[in-house]
Amino acid sequence: MISVKHVFKTFGSGAAATTALDDVSLEVARGEIFGVIGQSGAGKSTLIRAINLLERPNSGTVTVDGEELTRLSPDQLRLARRKIGMVFQHFNLLAGRTAQGNVELGLEIAGVGGAERRRRSLEILDLVGLADKAGAYPAELSGGQKQRVGIARALAGNPRILLSDEATSALDPETTRSILDLVKTINVQLGLTVLLITHEMDVVKRVCDSAAMLENGRILEQGSIVSLISTPGSRLAHELFPLGEIAPHPGNTVIEITFSGGSADRPVIAQLARSYGLDVSILGAAVETIGGNQAGRTRLELPGTPLFNAAPINDLRGQGLLVEIVGDGAVVQGAHA
Amino acid sequence: MIDPTAPGFWPGLFQVLLVGTGETLYMVGVAVLVTVLVGLPLGILLVGTERGGLFEAPFGSRPLGRVVNRVLEFVVNLGRSVPFIILMVALIPFTRLVIGTFIGSTAAIVPLAVVAIPFFARMVEIAIKEVDSGLVEAAESLGATRWQIVAKVLVPESLSPLILGLSTTVTSIINFSAMVGTVAGGGLGQVAIQYGYQRYSTIHMVAVIILIFIIVMMLQGLATWLARRFSHRARPARSRAAVPTAI
Ligand SMILES: Nc1ncnc2c1ncn2[C@@H]1O[C@H](COP(=O)(O)OP(=O)(O)OP(=O)(O)O)[C@@H](O)[C@H]1O
Ligand SMILES: [Mg+2]
Repeated sequence: MISVKHVFKTFGSGAAATTALDDVSLEVARGEIFGVIGQSGAGKSTLIRAINLLERPNSGTVTVDGEELTRLSPDQLRLARRKIGMVFQHFNLLAGRTAQGNVELGLEIAGVGGAERRRRSLEILDLVGLADKAGAYPAELSGGQKQRVGIARALAGNPRILLSDEATSALDPETTRSILDLVKTINVQLGLTVLLITHEMDVVKRVCDSAAMLENGRILEQGSIVSLISTPGSRLAHELFPLGEIAPHPGNTVIEITFSGGSADRPVIAQLARSYGLDVSILGAAVETIGGNQAGRTRLELPGTPLFNAAPINDLRGQGLLVEIVGDGAVVQGAHA
Repeated sequence: MIDPTAPGFWPGLFQVLLVGTGETLYMVGVAVLVTVLVGLPLGILLVGTERGGLFEAPFGSRPLGRVVNRVLEFVVNLGRSVPFIILMVALIPFTRLVIGTFIGSTAAIVPLAVVAIPFFARMVEIAIKEVDSGLVEAAESLGATRWQIVAKVLVPESLSPLILGLSTTVTSIINFSAMVGTVAGGGLGQVAIQYGYQRYSTIHMVAVIILIFIIVMMLQGLATWLARRFSHRARPARSRAAVPTAI
């Protein structure tokens, strides 16, 4: 649905030049919620603004719904933008218009007639749960309500895609959850593809099907959450499921087991203890529900060296679990591969 | 010297003041209209042709945008720095060309508009610059053209400061309109000069001062009320308004 290929963007020139996007390529599938995560200054906003060409890349291509936006004339681009809704961190609502007036803005721009504008804007305000606030001005709305208006405005023109740049960063945790639930509802009900930018892992965990990690203008990893979790050494997976730092005893083996899908509700650890008579200690664990599936990581300490524990580890891998040996486990890992 | 006890003094005073006020309102009104019609687009272009502005590259050419910006800056600075009395005299040939004469209230409109346009254009520039660039971006993301952005975002969102800026402009036009009276431009200024100064009628002078004071107070009261109405901090009534008209 969204395909970004080899995009570069540099601000300024000479010694003061900043490379905000450095050979970024990204694939967002139809109907999914794709999260881009990264620290401040990583280039997240520049990336999302490059999707609808509010920020034109220096090179590379952006294709949305089969249409290569980077090749369009200014007039064609304006038409294409009407199919791409955008939601902003600071809402960017017109203070001089009511909630309904703000929602109607895009319809006015598209030349939709008055009666149809009113019908459509009220319908969409109802969808975002603000039917009773149609006549309120932004100054009279709470942050969460303002963002609902922002979402309604973005949706009024029936876009195929919703772009969201830190839409929940200015909101408290509870409001954030309600807005994310709304995004999820829209995604499911309207079949909208969503690309959202965030610096909060919680947002990714709560709604995203796929994610990418951006650092210094480069994509470090991307893919579906499920596949990222089962990728050894995935930084995203580690940040999604941070484990506590409990120091193991020297000479023992520390392993990390990643669960996903069906494996999460099997009594893996108990089985390990029973079958091999091992005194397994749990150093850390994180379990989450992602996209309706249980997923998580456990860090275990097994007595003895990795070589000594080769059999139980192979057994776990035989059950389809992803097992990583932390620290100097290269021997067993090599033996298995 | 005029004798206030003479028969017909008070009806005469009333008549003179009525005509003077009418002339003042006429020349100020038309000058304000011209000022808004020219000053508003000028101010928008002044901001728009700046780097990163909406019209930074008219017809796809950034050098053209830069030239337009420089020229407008120069014209506005020139218009703002020349003292009115000099401008008025310097404009006589131009006024004669446009109006046919340089005497009377209609002719006075020309220097009044010429002095007010750069002044108001600056006010527009300041007001438009205050508009959050995020709003422009939001409109762009909805596929707005540049003119739609001007008409639906920039002007409506800066309506309150625009109205206050216009009020300041109108006040100074009234001020200058009195000066025009000294060179036979008509209006209350001429009443003050002809009767108050040349014929020593304190009553005329005081009446003119009071009238101008009342006009300015009413104007500012109206502007403040309108500005508050459009600022939407508190509970307002209507919202849509494209271009502010003359007060
Ligand atoms: N218009 C601009 N002019 C110059 N530099 C810019 C501009 N926009 C962004 N940058 C630079 O590009 C880099 C990436 O900025 P960007 O806004 O995309 O980061 P971000 O990941 O969105 O950060 P944050 O989480 O703080 O919003 C930064 O170094 C920033 O200073
Ligand atoms: Mg950002």
